[in-house]
Amino acid sequence: MKNCEYQQIDPQALPTPTPTPPPHHGKDTEKKKEPRRPRRKWEVFPGKNRFYCDGRIIVARQSGVLPLTLGLILVTSGLFFIFDCPFLVKHLTSCIPVIGGVLFVFVLITLLQTSFTDPGILPRATPDEAADIEKQIDNTGNTSYRPPPRTKEVLINQQVVKLKYCFTCKMFRPPRTSHCSLCDNCVERFDHHCPWVGNCVGKRNYRFFYTFIVSLSFLTAFIFGCVTTHLALRAQGGKGLVFALQESPGSAVELVICFFSVWSILGLSGFHTYLVASNLTTNEDIKGSWSGKSGEDVTNPYSQKNIFINCCSVLCVPMPPSLIDRRGFLPTDESAQTGSADIELPTLAAKSEINVTKPESVPPCVSDHPVLTHCSLCGVSLCLRPSTNTRRRSVWTLLCPALAD
Amino acid sequence: MFHNLQELRHSASLANKVFIQRDYSEGTTCKFQTKFPSELESRIERTLFEDTVKTLNNYYAEAEKIGGQSYLEGCLACATAYLIFLCMETRYEKVLKKIAKYIQEQNEKIYAPRGLLITDPIERGMRVIEISIYEDRGSSGSSSGSSSVSGSTAR
Repeated sequence: MKNCEYQQIDPQALPTPTPTPPPHHGKDTEKKKEPRRPRRKWEVFPGKNRFYCDGRIIVARQSGVLPLTLGLILVTSGLFFIFDCPFLVKHLTSCIPVIGGVLFVFVLITLLQTSFTDPGILPRATPDEAADIEKQIDNTGNTSYRPPPRTKEVLINQQVVKLKYCFTCKMFRPPRTSHCSLCDNCVERFDHHCPWVGNCVGKRNYRFFYTFIVSLSFLTAFIFGCVTTHLALRAQGGKGLVFALQESPGSAVELVICFFSVWSILGLSGFHTYLVASNLTTNEDIKGSWSGKSGEDVTNPYSQKNIFINCCSVLCVPMPPSLIDRRGFLPTDESAQTGSADIELPTLAAKSEINVTKPESVPPCVSDHPVLTHCSLCGVSLCLRPSTNTRRRSVWTLLCPALAD
Repeated sequence: MFHNLQELRHSASLANKVFIQRDYSEGTTCKFQTKFPSELESRIERTLFEDTVKTLNNYYAEAEKIGGQSYLEGCLACATAYLIFLCMETRYEKVLKKIAKYIQEQNEKIYAPRGLLITDPIERGMRVIEISIYEDRGSSGSSSGSSSVSGSTAR
């Protein structure tokens, strides 16, 4: 449909990208430039994350609606303890605030752990590693129109699994790893990016997340039940619901919040219980990786076919270590591990002009001259004419086959 | 011939790096391929290399083992809202320390005398075992190799 053709580009015509500042020039014998203190690895972390407490706490750059989540939980629980507990302690039992308190503390702790824990981020490949992988990828220099997307097939428990090459992290992603575009990181056993907790949910914090939603459903259901009981007790004797609500206005707020949230939270807990029992991730379930949509006989190669063992392998496996070593000091030798600009894989400043999900660095294209950009959808390496910058966007959409339809 | 690690670092120059990739045939558990890369053929015996990789694989399997003990630990951790992870060293971290010690020992005894150096996989995100090949600065060492066969697809 569109006339797609490759044209040679002149690298000098491109705006020089400003690479992420390298931690040091490699010639210093000390860890720092003279006036600067030693830097930790989190300060030069390439992903879109924010760090607090000198690297101990990690969150996604967009905190999403985490403040809202915290606010709702604190407000609802606070109103519960202020308005409902005194009445229920007097009329029923004093266990109620105790149970509520335990659940509330549980929910808060697991929420903060989910938000502040490294979900299983994979550090980006070092330049040497990336170059090694590049050499292995079949790049015979053919001039065909569309080079094949970069995938690698492995056999896991007699099931063929495709590993994709991540252009941002410059490596083949391990199985069940996915690249989160919001955080710009590859995350192991990627489940989903949860805006409510403001972080990705992956291998290392899935158990926190699961405990959070299960205890939150208990808490919400408990508060809902207590508030209903409280209002029913107040309203009995012919006084009516309106009278009860006037006496305890906080309960009205709790009722509304709990009523609308208990169904979704219970549903989410049920869904994740199903995922845990079948050793699936949300990502795989949504994509239907193991449901045999394509007609082939595919089964989940990670499932142990036993619910109990699946639950154990998801929730009770020993806690894996964080791979990004946030608080480690930057190395003093020449091998900078923070992915600064590599001669083979230049970073782009032009990517901000292009309106697709784009990798930060690109592989050389088959015609052996640097490629301006690369389509992460279909794996096509594309060369763009050195037209004016304003035209680059339309040129890109014209040339990319995946976007052309 | 180098006699120890210090001598290696001071009098040798880095010639090449070999990357031993992960073996995913049994799932996502940490395991490395034992295939012997061709760049090391002239530098070290195949059995020594395979022993090192197999021992590392065993260490990782021990770290990730699911059994009665890990089930109890998981339940206990859940009951304490996982705060126990902030206080105690996890089993994985203990095994990682053992691995670091083992790699250091292997480097000193076996690999440095042959002009090789193993980098702990944890420093490479547990994706590869990086083996650096050093050449004596005096000799005309071969420059970085043009081809590498390590890390072929695991079938």
